[in-house]
Amino acid sequence: MVVFRTAPYGAIYSFEGLENVLIMGAYDQDVSVLFIDDGVLAIKKGMDNSGTGIKDFSPTFRALEAYDIEKIFIDRSSMESRGLTLEDLVIEPEIIEADAVEKMMEEQKNFFMF
Amino acid sequence: MLHLVNKSPFESMALEDCLKYASKGSSILLYEDGVYAAMPGTGVADRMSAVAKDYKVYVLTEDLKQRGVDKVMDGIKETDYAGFVDLVEANKTASW
Repeated sequence: MVVFRTAPYGAIYSFEGLENVLIMGAYDQDVSVLFIDDGVLAIKKGMDNSGTGIKDFSPTFRALEAYDIEKIFIDRSSMESRGLTLEDLVIEPEIIEADAVEKMMEEQKNFFMF
Repeated sequence: MLHLVNKSPFESMALEDCLKYASKGSSILLYEDGVYAAMPGTGVADRMSAVAKDYKVYVLTEDLKQRGVDKVMDGIKETDYAGFVDLVEANKTASW
């Protein structure tokens, strides 16, 4: 499982996390993806880099499906405390509650935090 | 005085630390991940409404757009890179 927990542009973590997911997907690994805390901001719709010139990698999250990565989850409280709903996101993760997050991590063979 | 805040209000105490010392009426510019503090409807929105009454709060348009934030709370003023430069020119600055 790859866990996204940081905002997309203030640091490189989120981008590196996405690269890791895609590499695992390319090698047909059984990978799950979870968005928590500021990680949910990485999949916000409507990014426009015309003012900054910084690469907008949010569209790449839509490619996860093409890599057969379908177990994608988002923590409800993280999403709601940032004023977001599923309609605001470029992909449609399954919503889970915060108390399910640790259980999900325990069930994983490995997990990586970005 | 111009206070510069570039950290997410959800993950960092930078903005709150700044507010502890900033005198009322001074300017705060939110940029990079700091712009998330200006989003309406978040868990910090009530806090930011109060802050916007006591301080001149600015937010950098280019960084809002980069992050897909298309709405800004009432009382917070958008500024672009040129406005950022004008603010820095006119004030002593503190980066949090």
